[in-house]
Amino acid sequence: MNALELRNVTKRFGEKVIANDHVSLTVRRGEILAVLGENGSGKTTLMNMIAGIYHPDEGDIFVNGQPVTISSPRDAFRCGIGMVHQHFKLVDVFTATENIVLGVEDGKPYRLKEATRRVEEISARYGFEIDAKKKIYAMSVSEKQTVEIVKVLYRGAEILILDEPTAVLTPQETEKLFAVLRRMREDGKSIIIITHKLNEVLSLSDRVTVLHKGKNAGTVNTAETNEAQLTEMMVGQKVVLNIERKTPEDPTDRLIVREVSCLSRDGVQLLDRVTFTARAGEILGIAGIAGSGQRELLEAIAGLQPVTEGQILYEDPKSGETENLRDKTPLQIRELGVRLSFVPEDRLGMGLVSNMDIIDNMMLRSYRRGRSAFLDRQPPRELAERIIEDLGVVTPNATTPVRRLSGGNVQKVLVGREIASAPTVLMAAYPVRGLDINSSYLIYHLLNQQKEKGVAVIYVGEDLDVLLALCDRVIVLSGGRVTGTVDGRTATKEEVGLLMTKTEREGESHVKAE
Amino acid sequence: MEIIVSVIQRAILQGTPLLFGATGEILTEKSGNLNLGIPGIMYIGAISGVVGGFFYQNSAARVQPVPAILIPLLCCLAGSLLTSLLYCFLTVTLKANQNVTGLAITTFGVGVGNFFGGSLIKIVKSDVPYLALVKIAKAYKTTLPFAKDMGPIGQLFFSYGFLVYLAVILAVAVSLFLSRSRAGLYLRAVGENPATADAAGINVTRYKYLATCIGGMIAGLGGLFYIMDYSNGIWSNNGFGDRGWLAIAIVIFATWKPTMAILGSYLFGALYILFNYLNVPMRLLPLIQMLPYLVTIIVLVAVSIRKKRENQPPASLGLSYFREER
Repeated sequence: MNALELRNVTKRFGEKVIANDHVSLTVRRGEILAVLGENGSGKTTLMNMIAGIYHPDEGDIFVNGQPVTISSPRDAFRCGIGMVHQHFKLVDVFTATENIVLGVEDGKPYRLKEATRRVEEISARYGFEIDAKKKIYAMSVSEKQTVEIVKVLYRGAEILILDEPTAVLTPQETEKLFAVLRRMREDGKSIIIITHKLNEVLSLSDRVTVLHKGKNAGTVNTAETNEAQLTEMMVGQKVVLNIERKTPEDPTDRLIVREVSCLSRDGVQLLDRVTFTARAGEILGIAGIAGSGQRELLEAIAGLQPVTEGQILYEDPKSGETENLRDKTPLQIRELGVRLSFVPEDRLGMGLVSNMDIIDNMMLRSYRRGRSAFLDRQPPRELAERIIEDLGVVTPNATTPVRRLSGGNVQKVLVGREIASAPTVLMAAYPVRGLDINSSYLIYHLLNQQKEKGVAVIYVGEDLDVLLALCDRVIVLSGGRVTGTVDGRTATKEEVGLLMTKTEREGESHVKAE
Repeated sequence: MEIIVSVIQRAILQGTPLLFGATGEILTEKSGNLNLGIPGIMYIGAISGVVGGFFYQNSAARVQPVPAILIPLLCCLAGSLLTSLLYCFLTVTLKANQNVTGLAITTFGVGVGNFFGGSLIKIVKSDVPYLALVKIAKAYKTTLPFAKDMGPIGQLFFSYGFLVYLAVILAVAVSLFLSRSRAGLYLRAVGENPATADAAGINVTRYKYLATCIGGMIAGLGGLFYIMDYSNGIWSNNGFGDRGWLAIAIVIFATWKPTMAILGSYLFGALYILFNYLNVPMRLLPLIQMLPYLVTIIVLVAVSIRKKRENQPPASLGLSYFREER
């Protein structure tokens, strides 16, 4: 019998976005099911519906053959379903045990000693290493994850969902986690693991369900599949895009990134000896699963992220000299003409101030100019009006606060401002995220214009079709490493997809991508 | 010897309103609500008790001790509860800014207190600007009968009205509640990380309402004690002074631990009355009265330097909780 079955589950967000479109899947007792898919393929949404965070618009969920309605995390627990989220839900100043018993109404008197004993019992049974009395704030990421898993087991879950559990772990910690998961499988638990990493899927799971654009692209037995087949299912059919791409004319090296590494505050390696060259008159694409180091790489170039080793060399076209950007402040780097137009998850987070109007946002880049104690608002006003005119920004006027503009128009303002400063290197991260087709094409067109002007454009994107249609070359990041460099004109999506999920550095593997 | 006993006695009396206020505020803040309306709530607690006591004293032929205590007490609790509910409605249900709401409640509370206080003074056509509820105060100040016969020990420990002991009992009870009970654990989770508490199935709104309202009622008792016991039943406008703010300072001093608040309140009480025992000229008086605040700043600095996580305010203090939605 199936421990869990979903039949035709559909979830919409708003009118247009269909996160899950009639998805069906089954999980058997005592098996590990991997759910594989690109960013935005609807994996997490689907799991959240099982865990009671969202409610499906259509479709049925069966637990042990019985139809159930899950409308809250509590309902999910009652059905024996527990989910370990990517972002831990833990109280920092509490001990492991206190976090684990939070919200558990078992009708017994409240005794922490008793609970601690049970936590230790569960840990011993599955081989967790956990100090039940340790405070969360003193724990490493992997310890916190262990607490989350024990929390779910403490509540008696028979079906465990893990949302990208290895994203935050070192290889050794990943091995330990997998050993624990295998032990749980032997114990008869059902486990659903969401992941992008093909090698993990192949080494751990019994079956794989692949999601593509919210739909179930098929379920296969792990023993009967291979990386190539899974990648093909994951990236889907090639979509033809109509983006004009001229052959770069006489590209010269502009930005040479050599063996750059950096660490997070917790000592996690964010970038691992990244090497590439961005050329003038060329669009360089950066592909990768979200969080593979794209943000850190761009920030390192812009001087916002401290670099632990390596060099970032900039060939100044004006003076002809080579400068190392590592020694420069963000302001100096910007003055050299290296512009970062970063569109983060919350569009307004970096680059624009939402309560200020378009003119004032232009001034964020120019307020230092001039000698007077007072600001000269005329040039930024002209610039704002020119951007509104040229890029077709839909706004009542230039004095409208940017928070009142729609997402596409905000992005046009941001990209427009960075382009207006006549950059020599333009970095755009996710500039079309959340935009409709027409606005997206406008942005592609702007980037192409910059390329033709001889700017070295670096484009970080999610959609592989766009990356391969827009960029001249594409480097692929995976886990902070460059796993390959491909030619945008000849490479296939499968090739890039495979590189995105690879763990070895470029050149270390025998599969050559060039 | 006599001086020491008298200093401690007066420090305890002076510290008791602060202890009520601090205990109430700690309970409130543990839910993540920074209730800066506490000074106002203490004012409202005081005037509600005074109004109740006034009408009872005027209507009863003979003032009986039991109703003389119960009527003002219940009026005080009701008044503080209503004000706390208003604060909760604004900050938890409507998610208004907690600082602004709290300050508004304080301004409002002081105004309400002075308005009704002034009105009562007018009603009795008093020549002096205060209202005396001496008979009620006598009931509140009843001490254990054997206290007088026990010398300094009796004076130190048994010479107070019941509210002094209640303040200590409540502080210890809140401390035990927070550290030992399931509901206390849940409440702390709500104040630290409401999203986590919510995901664990804890009703964040209910915990915030309950903690803030019960905390407000405890704080209100501080106002009642000040009038009925400390001031011998005499209400004068603005008489309560800035004790409410001192109570909030004690919360920081005590690093959100009610048992530490007992110590802090009596210490602040001692600092408050210190000038009576020092021969300082009147013009230097404000310097001495500044001491409690100075101590609070020193504690803040010390705690910030040590950076011990357990001594920090609840992580989501002052923030409204919005459930994540897509």
